[in-house]
Amino acid sequence: MNLADMTALELGAAIKKGEISAVEAAKFSLGQIDKYNSRFSCFVTVQDDVLQRAEEVQQKITSGEYTSPLAGVPMGIKDNMCQKGIQTSCGSRMLGNFKPTYSATAVEEIMKAGAVPLGKLNMDEFAMGSTSETSYFGATKNPWNVNCVPGGSSGGSAAAVAAGECFYALGSDTGGSIRQPASFCGVTGIKPTYGSVSRFGLVAYASSLDQIGPLARNAADCAAVLGEIMKQDKKDNTSVATKGVALDAVLHTDVKGMKIGIPTDFFGEGLDKEVAASIEAAAKQLESMGATVEKFDMPIVKYAIPAYYIIASAEASSNLSRYDGIKYGYRADDFEDLLDLYTKSRSEGFGMEVKRRIMLGCFVLSSGYYDAYYRKALQAKALIKGAFDKAFEKYDLILGPVAPTTALKIGENLSDPLKMYLGDIYTVMINLAGLPAASVPCGFDGKGMPVGMHLIGNYFDETKILGAAHAYQQVTDWHKRTPTELENR
Amino acid sequence: MAKTTSWEIVMGLEVHVELATKTKIFCSCTTEFGGAPNTHCCPVCTGMPGVLPSLNRQVVNYATRAGLALNCEITRYNKFDRKNYFYPDLPKAYQISQLYLPICRNGGVEIEAEGGGKKIIGIHEIHMEEDAGKLVHDPWTDSTMVDYNRCGVPLIEIVSEPDFRSANEVIRYLEKLKAILQFIGVSDCKMQEGSLRADINLSVRPVGSDKFGTRTEMKNMNSFKAIARAINGESKRQIEVLEEGGTVKQETRRWDDNKDASFAMRSKEDAQDYKYFPEPDLIPIEISEEVIEETRKNLPELPEAKRQRYVGELGLSEYDAAQITTSKYLVALFEENLAAGYPAKELANWIMGEVMRMLSDSGKEPEEMAFDYGYLGALIGMVQRSEITRNTAKKVFKAVFEEGCDPVKYVEEHNLKTVTDTGAVKAAIEEVVAANQKSVDEYKSGKEKALQYLIGQSMRALRGKADPQTVTAILRELLG
Repeated sequence: MNLADMTALELGAAIKKGEISAVEAAKFSLGQIDKYNSRFSCFVTVQDDVLQRAEEVQQKITSGEYTSPLAGVPMGIKDNMCQKGIQTSCGSRMLGNFKPTYSATAVEEIMKAGAVPLGKLNMDEFAMGSTSETSYFGATKNPWNVNCVPGGSSGGSAAAVAAGECFYALGSDTGGSIRQPASFCGVTGIKPTYGSVSRFGLVAYASSLDQIGPLARNAADCAAVLGEIMKQDKKDNTSVATKGVALDAVLHTDVKGMKIGIPTDFFGEGLDKEVAASIEAAAKQLESMGATVEKFDMPIVKYAIPAYYIIASAEASSNLSRYDGIKYGYRADDFEDLLDLYTKSRSEGFGMEVKRRIMLGCFVLSSGYYDAYYRKALQAKALIKGAFDKAFEKYDLILGPVAPTTALKIGENLSDPLKMYLGDIYTVMINLAGLPAASVPCGFDGKGMPVGMHLIGNYFDETKILGAAHAYQQVTDWHKRTPTELENR
Repeated sequence: MAKTTSWEIVMGLEVHVELATKTKIFCSCTTEFGGAPNTHCCPVCTGMPGVLPSLNRQVVNYATRAGLALNCEITRYNKFDRKNYFYPDLPKAYQISQLYLPICRNGGVEIEAEGGGKKIIGIHEIHMEEDAGKLVHDPWTDSTMVDYNRCGVPLIEIVSEPDFRSANEVIRYLEKLKAILQFIGVSDCKMQEGSLRADINLSVRPVGSDKFGTRTEMKNMNSFKAIARAINGESKRQIEVLEEGGTVKQETRRWDDNKDASFAMRSKEDAQDYKYFPEPDLIPIEISEEVIEETRKNLPELPEAKRQRYVGELGLSEYDAAQITTSKYLVALFEENLAAGYPAKELANWIMGEVMRMLSDSGKEPEEMAFDYGYLGALIGMVQRSEITRNTAKKVFKAVFEEGCDPVKYVEEHNLKTVTDTGAVKAAIEEVVAANQKSVDEYKSGKEKALQYLIGQSMRALRGKADPQTVTAILRELLG
């Protein structure tokens, strides 16, 4: 049995059959982390009770308490989700010493399914960034090329799955933070419909856009994870009741007869030709499987980036105000008075990108500018939602690129934030609309870096998205390739 | 400006009222007053990373009830907004409040106007929000610490129109507000515990002017008396500034009741930009027409209606009825004993007399009356049955009020029952007559005053336990 080649569901099935124990699986993953973490820097924290937990889970599987197909499977959690007693840093010096006394609902749910968490995964500071370079704990590297970024902000989650350090990971997506790193690292990831996974315990970046979702080796694994965490939670006022995800339906989806729309506006200036070619090829593949693929116009796309950065920064400026050095987290050593305590703690505790977005957010909310920026951005958000509503009257799914390029070189974008923001063009509008969307591996560029296709569905159509992705993955093997930086897999 | 100008004071009030829900507005921590610091809080009300608010629906119900009782329009589609500012007692660094769509608008309260008649004080809006914690300075370590127990206690802020022209009007409005909110059960309105706090926006202008002067906002008054003093102090200060040719600065001022003066806290220039925006963690709240009607139907009889009924049906004087209906607790004392069959007028006399006197002497509010309300009726019953004299009853009531004693037991234990044995009374009076020959002679020579002295001596001999009328009758008989 070669664990390195197994998916989460395959491993879960093997554990259930007794072919391998949860403890052996955990030992394997810890070995992988030992082997690769120094090279890729995926994990910020590795838990010291992994084997204990694995043993406990194994007992509960044997006794029949844990019946989830994922029970006993080692996994990782992005470091912005609270886990009781475990450092939750959000990639920031500000929370470098923070250990919550409570767990995020999504973490609790996955634990109820018998997950064996290995540790916390690196990310851009407070999930702000598309490269995982802004982490206080250092940049995560892409397993396909250590000179490239893994994408972000869930870069640690995507790279850890790609490197085989864990079988799946929980990430969060505010403007593409699950999908873009999934695309850059050649793994499958889905941001579910806003409200379908509880945000309780997810350290907020932009509350109206944040959503937790899985990253895994394929669509079926994503469906299994999402099935466990997609539950209404009374601790999150914005969470809603959903039908959940039907794994069985995902596994038996036929794309035949599905109507897939491709917005021509997604293929404009700035899109890498090789990426475009991979997406076109994926569209052809789906067509050959019986789907009808059709191009259509969606001119609203151009408003997405400004609207997103206004809304997200505004909410972030407020959400991050609580990090003031008073109650927990980083506090400057020397200060004269209260204002000085605030100023020094925040100046020293936050990194550049976080400060940039806080300042931008404070500006757009300030008296006299609210109407010009924030209110307009909300109007743009409503227009974008309307445009998608209209498109989904016609199409089952919308297909496009996840990102304009493949993974960039480390340092390439860090000094040019505007360029980095433009890289979010295809993903941010999905968060503004609140829709579910996945990134599914669909090719490689000439340098051998993975390309992801963006499958966007209507509200609560996670089963349809992952079903189509699963069908695609039955006839393609992009998702099965081994990252070039791995010794052997 | 000539010194002869007469000035008009113009005021508007912002009243914060803590709602009497059992748990906080966004978590399930208790709202109970007191408790060791930081024992009534949790990750949600202390704003820990990643936590989210979940709305206590009772807050919406109470705010709706308050709005209806104060004649407001209820907003059907409600939203919360964030008010952002840094302060250590505000752990999220924003307060969840309502700016754009407050729950109630366009209400009003009727008060007695200065110089007679009625006057409506307009209510601009009522919004829901959360309270902050409090800072405690520790002189031993010279450090400031934060107690988050009050953090997240639900508040409504009642914003009036600038309709007040005198301190008296303000006090009447606050008394009325307090009574109404207590009656409908949405708040205990205890100023001393901070569950009712009023900020006063005050400006002055020459009488006859229709333009508003520059206003100041005054905070930190913790009793009605302090409010009256603060209004007088601040209006005098503003008039002096203007009469000396100066200008009033728009600023927030803190009233120091000990120093009988207000002090500038912050001016308009350094006023905070609260960067309000819609709270993304809470979905909009819809209040249906049915719920509004249901709430309206279930409102208890409000003080104004009670006052009219007390006068019209029970024959109380306007003044007595008005006084009793200022407090839910005085009304309860009155109505509980009325229901037990005691006469309305007698009850009113007791409440307006002894109860008010004891409250005033002890400096207590009616809500602090700790005795069983039925004891007042029991006491009145004993007087009606001539078991004790009215004077004895007053003394017993002091014990009831101060110690919560059962009056029936108290009378027995202290042997205070009226001496009904006329033989014993007569014997005691005969002794007094025999011992006071001089007064007897004076009385016989026509000095009525001497009789009073003899009655007094007889009552003393009887330790007050005899009916004074009986004593008088026996004396007159003995003296011929």
